[in-house]
Amino acid sequence: MSELKLTVNGVEHHLDVPESRTLAFVLRYDLGLTGTKIGCSEAECGICTVHVNGTPVNSCIFPAFKANGAQVKTVEGLAARDNGHEHLHPLQEAFIEHGAVQCGFCTPGLLMTAAALLDENSSPSETDIKIALKDTYCRCTGYTSVLRAIQSAAAVRRGDPKLPVAEPHVSEPMRSISQSEKVQDIEDRVTGRAKYTDDYTFAGMLFARTLRARYPHARVLRIDTSRAKALPGVHAVLTAADVPGENIHGLVHLDWPVLCAVGDKVRYMGDAVAIIAADSEDLAAEALKLIEVDYAPLTVVDDPVFARSPEAPLVHEGREGGNLLKHIKVRHGDIERGFAESDVIVERTYRTPTTEHAFLEPECAIGVPAGYGDHDKLTIYVGSQIPYQDRNQIARAMALSEEQVRVKGVLIGGGFGGKEDIAGQIHVAMLATVTGRPVKMLYTRQESLLFHPKRHATLIRIKTGVKRDGTLMAVEAELYGDGGAYASLSDKVMTRATTHATGPYNVAHAKIDCYAMYTNNPPSGAFRGFGVTQSAFAVEQNMDLVAEALGIDPIAFRLKNAQKVGVTTATGQLLRESVGLIETIEKVSADMHAGHFRWGWREGDMAYGWGIACAYKNTGLGGGAPDRADAQVEAFADGSVEVRTSSADMGQGLLAVLAQCAAEELGVPYKHVRVLLSDTDKTPNGGPTTASRQTYMSGNAVRLAAINLRDTLSRVVAEEFDCPPERLIFEEGLVRNNGTSMPFADAVKLAHAQGLSTNILHEYWGPKTQPLGTGGDMHFAFSYATQAALVGVHLHTGEVRVEKIISATDIGRAINPLLVQGQIEGGIIMALGNCLTESFIVEQGVPWSTLLARYKMPSIKHTPHITSYLVEHRTADGPYGAKGVGEIPSINTSPAICNAIYNAVGVRIFSLPVDQDALLRALREGEHEVHTAWHDVH
Amino acid sequence: MPLWKSYHIPRTVDEALATLAQYGGAARIVAGGTDLMVDLQYTDHVQPLEALVDVTRVQEMLDIHQEADDSCRLGAAVTHATIVKSTLLEARATCLVESCGVVGGPQVRNVGTLGGNVAHALPAGDGTTSLMALDAQALVAWGGGLHEWLPLPALFRGPGVSALDHGKDLLVAFRFTLCAPGEATAFKRIMRPQGVALPILGCAVWVKLNAARTHYDDVRVCVSPVAPKPVRAVEVEAALRGQPVGQQTLENAVAAAHRTLHPRASAYRATAEYRQHMIETLLRQTLPLATERAKTGEARAEGVGLG
Ligand code: FES
Ligand code: FES
Repeated sequence: MSELKLTVNGVEHHLDVPESRTLAFVLRYDLGLTGTKIGCSEAECGICTVHVNGTPVNSCIFPAFKANGAQVKTVEGLAARDNGHEHLHPLQEAFIEHGAVQCGFCTPGLLMTAAALLDENSSPSETDIKIALKDTYCRCTGYTSVLRAIQSAAAVRRGDPKLPVAEPHVSEPMRSISQSEKVQDIEDRVTGRAKYTDDYTFAGMLFARTLRARYPHARVLRIDTSRAKALPGVHAVLTAADVPGENIHGLVHLDWPVLCAVGDKVRYMGDAVAIIAADSEDLAAEALKLIEVDYAPLTVVDDPVFARSPEAPLVHEGREGGNLLKHIKVRHGDIERGFAESDVIVERTYRTPTTEHAFLEPECAIGVPAGYGDHDKLTIYVGSQIPYQDRNQIARAMALSEEQVRVKGVLIGGGFGGKEDIAGQIHVAMLATVTGRPVKMLYTRQESLLFHPKRHATLIRIKTGVKRDGTLMAVEAELYGDGGAYASLSDKVMTRATTHATGPYNVAHAKIDCYAMYTNNPPSGAFRGFGVTQSAFAVEQNMDLVAEALGIDPIAFRLKNAQKVGVTTATGQLLRESVGLIETIEKVSADMHAGHFRWGWREGDMAYGWGIACAYKNTGLGGGAPDRADAQVEAFADGSVEVRTSSADMGQGLLAVLAQCAAEELGVPYKHVRVLLSDTDKTPNGGPTTASRQTYMSGNAVRLAAINLRDTLSRVVAEEFDCPPERLIFEEGLVRNNGTSMPFADAVKLAHAQGLSTNILHEYWGPKTQPLGTGGDMHFAFSYATQAALVGVHLHTGEVRVEKIISATDIGRAINPLLVQGQIEGGIIMALGNCLTESFIVEQGVPWSTLLARYKMPSIKHTPHITSYLVEHRTADGPYGAKGVGEIPSINTSPAICNAIYNAVGVRIFSLPVDQDALLRALREGEHEVHTAWHDVH
Repeated sequence: MPLWKSYHIPRTVDEALATLAQYGGAARIVAGGTDLMVDLQYTDHVQPLEALVDVTRVQEMLDIHQEADDSCRLGAAVTHATIVKSTLLEARATCLVESCGVVGGPQVRNVGTLGGNVAHALPAGDGTTSLMALDAQALVAWGGGLHEWLPLPALFRGPGVSALDHGKDLLVAFRFTLCAPGEATAFKRIMRPQGVALPILGCAVWVKLNAARTHYDDVRVCVSPVAPKPVRAVEVEAALRGQPVGQQTLENAVAAAHRTLHPRASAYRATAEYRQHMIETLLRQTLPLATERAKTGEARAEGVGLG
């Protein structure tokens, strides 16, 4: 071992560390500079970028000793400091201002890469930025705001005026509502101070690893951990026999073993067989190799259609229904009559692949045992979308009461539905309890890819019938969803795929059947769009096929059949309000038609085409599930306010939305409101952060709690002012009546003096919904969207480029316009990946996509020009009229792109992601349909 | 488990070889590490390497040097980024700049080296394809002590299999003749947006026109991958050599390519048929481009950073 000399952010360090370390490791764990993030350790994602002697490099693969003697700069060194004052770098300021920071996990990488660019080039063009940031990924923002922020920062550095923020237009802004307030502590996400789970350490902490299955389907015959246990520095090696409580977990169905037992089976390659805690990660990894497991491999169920056949072995034995996880049905009108009365019928089969969330922060959990320091109970630190369900599942497996477990949510580096299921939470609870020490379980990217539930691959046969005048008459569909090895949220996701399979249209007759199947593939679960992304791909292309067969313009055809107030959906729900679909179509159409519009044309080697697609998506759980969110709002004697709820902010900006609701009702400055999220000991249950529900649900809970609190204060102040309480106005941090006023803080003190509590809990129940099949309101609100895509297809290579997206989204109200826009831009780019770049490939149960290098998500170079309009058809019970926005942008992008490809070259894509190889073959051979995708290339 | 134990930073080729020798095959050369580090982590290595030998401070491997005979000696540890920035190479070995400019992203190009890429023996390495068109030679310092210049293909045994023993031998430098007036090069490739970022097909051409700039005096073409090792498209070259610049000659070259080059399919990358067609697409782009450059004497690298 020799000395490592590094000058980091101007400070010289002489380190005595093993020569085997990477620079990222030394920075994060030896120097505690946790601003540098690790997203892949493959030189793929770029978020670990730091400067070595001024040059940006991926620190995850940079041997630390290669930097011996070098100047290293990390995100912590980006801001200037004088006399203890911090002056943010123009990039840091611009990122905040333009909304280029969501979860913040990629932000250090983007900032450092951009900073190097600006040092070299003071006026970078959009192309220059795209070149420089090509391999620095962000899964949240969609890059549009990043491009703008960098150009704005460059202008500031040149001494030019900064770029105006591209804020979307909103109607009727209020004092706090419909204002683009900044998420609290957002500065921490640009300075590297923000702490995600892996950034926490505890004295005496051990490091854990998981042994995963060797086969996708096999019986476990024997597990021998003795050699691993004997390795010095290993503190615990646990198997199923060591689970103190029930060896099972699951969000809807309890079917997922905490650890697979001898005699039981492994059902997919990500199944956990044993867990280890050791003094170091290296040691834990070494010990993994010493565990011996004998298996008897079984036939692999690798496909949902096969899973339903009688020959298929059972993934879960002894289960009623066999491999059929759920058969979901929608029946509406009389399907026979519908087709009999149709003049044109189009029937096609579509396929969508398994896709991966690829949130940039891999899963991490830390377990701290009861009695350790000030932890009075078993405490799990984790970035989770559903802290209370984590607690419930941990308690069951640990044979503890829920009150004996505390789940403390920390910042989440992206979720998108992929952080709803249990990952390492129970495992660290077990290891911490057994060892009596804090234990951290950080998944590598490769383990994350292997383990967590993904978007369902689906097979969708859909038949659409129309009358000659363009009236949509009937939709019949059959869907197969690959649920993978465990149920996770399959039941709910595939229900959504089924109920939304008519598209957002008025259809008198529908018959839809969906089979969610167990297989030995990775489990499928929640993923932004929640099944609707899949069915919309089929629905919206069939809409274009039908329009073409009728010779009707696709926009006119959609307008004619669009859902509007008064329409009854295929599940029997009468739409009574807040159906902004037509306005979204009109807005997009008007923009498309500005100037000389054509659906398709050719220029040299390129063919261009426009395509359009619509979407709708429910807000909230619906389907008869009681939907509840609790929140507390507390006012303090200094005039500040705290909002508390266990709802997750995974980058979407819920922190701001909730604070805005409280500030609006209490008339206090936004900055006086703090929000505490996701601590099961301190914050009431906001329910799962899923189904685009939190703005509506927790937003309402906070709003109503704040109203109750205001009522309490009103009564006290009214007495003091001797006026009726309803005359009082809460604004600008004051309570006012005519000429008199009192600071908000004094009103709080007055209430306290009278022994009144200013800490109000509100239990909010969303409007009641009905189960599928019973008619009535299956959901309490729907968001609507239309998108148009302009696509270029290279006639000699088949390559597809998306040039432009125009989107209009009805979200009821934009509580925070810039955040809403961030959701829309990010959702569109994620969906562009779904269409063009992403497929998680599994070969007979064994993932091929085991590295991030094999799973490409869109990078900044794919970012088209995006124009997005907001449409605000208020929903009566939503907070200030708001409904969900998280998922709706990710639904119609793929069909819009594929419709555009058709309009460009006359070839229709039935399977994703688009394969340029097959597209070119179709072009050359004059065929009009492509039924294979990238993963079919052999 | 650590991936390696000790880390050495020799200053000379001899020192690097001696360090390798000292570990008897249990050490590896590292330069940018962009391939090696990923390789070490994700292919099952039972034992950590004893040592990494970092050659990024060996001066003789870091130079881009124009020799008296108008050849260029290019150190094997020169990074892609440095190659891309070289005005000498842009003007007189344009294809090399074009190919190194599309490897990875900026962070990878900042550390990844041309030598590392060649040593990994990927038959379709972008830089390799261009080095073939430049008819480059490679200087190998064999563990046994012999230093010799070899034609580039001699470094390749098969896909991913190098003639070098990575525990013993060292790739030191490349050498090729810079383009003179009337000569020029071009490189293009086809990618797909999914999966591993390896080219579906790459194509580099070098042309030498006659004094009147009307005929091809000589041509070198490399299309990859069409074989387990990088190869020149000799029949395509023959179809061009001595022929007049023009459409018919291009058509003849395309026909020769279809007749003699038969790339294979690879899973999740391309069908054989697609690759076959891409040969044509790329020839139709690169040949006229290189010809134009040779005529005008103007060569600006295209597509750098846009890989
Ligand atoms: S590139 Fe280094 S962590 Fe992803
Ligand atoms: S903000 Fe970029 S990954 Fe979340």
